[in-house]
Amino acid sequence: MSNSNIQTIDFSQYPDKHGHFGPFGGIFAPETLMAPLEALRDQYEMVKDDPAFKAELLKDYQDYIGRPTPLYHAKRWSDHLGGAQIFLKREDLNHTGAHKINNTIGQALLAKRLGKTRIIAETGAGQHGVASATVAARLGLECVVYMGADDVVRQAPNVARMKMLGATVVPVESGTRTLKDALNEAMRDWVTNVDNTFYIIGTVAGPHPYPMMVRDFQAIIGQEARQQMLDQEGALPDVVMACVGGGSNAMGLFHAFLPDESVRIIGVEAGGDGLDTQRHAAPLCKGTPGVLHGNRTYLMQDEAGQIMGTHSISAGLDYPGVGPELAWLKDIGRAEFVAATDDEAMAGWRDVTQMEGIISALETSHALAYVMKLAPTMAKTQRIIINLSGRGDKDMNTIAKIEGFEF
Amino acid sequence: MNRIEARFASLQAQQKTALIPYITAGDPHPDMTVALMHHLVAQGADLLELGVPFSDPLADGPTIQKAVERALAHRVTLRNVLAMVTKFRERDDQTPVILMGYLNPIEAMGEAEFAKSAVAAGLDGVLTVDMPPEESVGYHQTLAEQGLACVFLVSPTTPSTRLGAIAEQGKGFVYYVSLKGVTGVGQADAGDVASHVAALKQHVDLPVGIGFGVRDAQAAYKMAQHGEAVIIGSVLVNIIEQYQQAGLDEVLAALTPKMAEFRQAIDAADKGESL
Repeated sequence: MSNSNIQTIDFSQYPDKHGHFGPFGGIFAPETLMAPLEALRDQYEMVKDDPAFKAELLKDYQDYIGRPTPLYHAKRWSDHLGGAQIFLKREDLNHTGAHKINNTIGQALLAKRLGKTRIIAETGAGQHGVASATVAARLGLECVVYMGADDVVRQAPNVARMKMLGATVVPVESGTRTLKDALNEAMRDWVTNVDNTFYIIGTVAGPHPYPMMVRDFQAIIGQEARQQMLDQEGALPDVVMACVGGGSNAMGLFHAFLPDESVRIIGVEAGGDGLDTQRHAAPLCKGTPGVLHGNRTYLMQDEAGQIMGTHSISAGLDYPGVGPELAWLKDIGRAEFVAATDDEAMAGWRDVTQMEGIISALETSHALAYVMKLAPTMAKTQRIIINLSGRGDKDMNTIAKIEGFEF
Repeated sequence: MNRIEARFASLQAQQKTALIPYITAGDPHPDMTVALMHHLVAQGADLLELGVPFSDPLADGPTIQKAVERALAHRVTLRNVLAMVTKFRERDDQTPVILMGYLNPIEAMGEAEFAKSAVAAGLDGVLTVDMPPEESVGYHQTLAEQGLACVFLVSPTTPSTRLGAIAEQGKGFVYYVSLKGVTGVGQADAGDVASHVAALKQHVDLPVGIGFGVRDAQAAYKMAQHGEAVIIGSVLVNIIEQYQQAGLDEVLAALTPKMAEFRQAIDAADKGESL
């Protein structure tokens, strides 16, 4: 689709009422979940413009999460790369250390309104699990977090945090023992305990209304960043960029910029060992459309439609699907998608740690890696916003091993 | 009239409830599936439900998940499953066969190509777990045009407002999920099932098969009093799991008494005898 078509799209009208973003999204769920999903959609439609709900959410954003987060001009790194000016949207400074809590706060308020007493969540890197356990503790709700058995090992600090917060962490041994299997298991729990349980999905995927709802709760990131850029620089950025696993931090940043035609939107997927190998997690770069976890989107799948195992150094990007809105933005040409390998991500991590004093999560580092390629090709007067989606504390074990530190 | 309608009509004339066993195609080995199908028919199955292996079976409990993993270890694809149906039809042209599975393998093959190949193989119906009527109008038209029945799930949470679309698009029979949960975990509550199935029948003029929580003969006996069919899956798949290293004859022999137990329970219910 050409840019002239993009001008005529009213992005605020997506998804349609059945959750479709063009051919993507929708509700592909087992029958038992159809009525609860409809109830959730109706409840969300009812409260999302309710001034009391919005006021409650905004107060939590400010007083509990610590919003607004700063937009920080990374001058030293920008000078080092010798091109565009780089601005970091500091979601790592949120309570619990990543953007994930923007969403769990919102969904927990909904759970409360729906009278649910039990919260379940899936998690990859553990950030969403921690953010879910956090809001559950605060509201006095039972919390069960499903986590791939492999991820339980590589994100041990977050597992400890969840347990301290009173959550039960269930290691998932089935399938590939990573995020997709945790999602399967959470769905199975939800089907079984649907009467008292609210499923807080952590990314902009799953059946409608999740991709819309999670995006809406995360959209505060882009709304703030856009205004901050206008205030600081008197101009819109030339590029906005984020890493993409399921896509919640990306959609959170991108959404406010969709109508701004002059702004290039770039998502960076996990290139693992490289896109020319079988070991990566880049469905937008290398996948094909299909149906998984309740929505139609780009997937890593084989010719027979079986979902493939993925690989990424970062547990949070290690997922074979992606949010349906991102799939649609790719197809209509509104966003570009690239990938950074494990090694490139580590280089990005090193740069920002050592030049800006900010230790980012390995997920986030994929976006930093692509900035290292892109910024030098741009003019010094141009501006890039990167969503610095999370901090790297949880990755200390992995990083220490790679960098050769005793830990 | 397709095989499913013919079979239910004939059972109704005899006032009999159907027994529908489920196995996962390719479990424990792809070479055994056709023999297993014939054996289940010989042991009293009226229809057969064949699971299509999918890497992410999110509506299935641990028993069927493991069966799927065993089948996928042999790289069983949807095309392989249709080839098994073709082979089954060489010796059995009467027993209806439906596939139960997830949408993605069907999409990967192509809906139209799947529908044509499935009918050519001798398949009668398809239950697509993650394809509710809201998303499926075009899909189910494609299947219906080739003469395949679309079997829908109805669950305890299904409101009556959704039953219209299921009645409109559903063919063959309706599969009532007797509990909130995944396959093979938990026990159906007969009282609950009775009231839900009665409400369901006010909206949907199709035979009702009851499954998901039918663990033993006692449960089958109760369910046979409310539905036109009783579906058993995990209880058989568990036996296949136990005998996964054994030869075909041992697997078949192990299934025989279990099938007899369920057949007798259902027959007793049909005759109004106690169990």
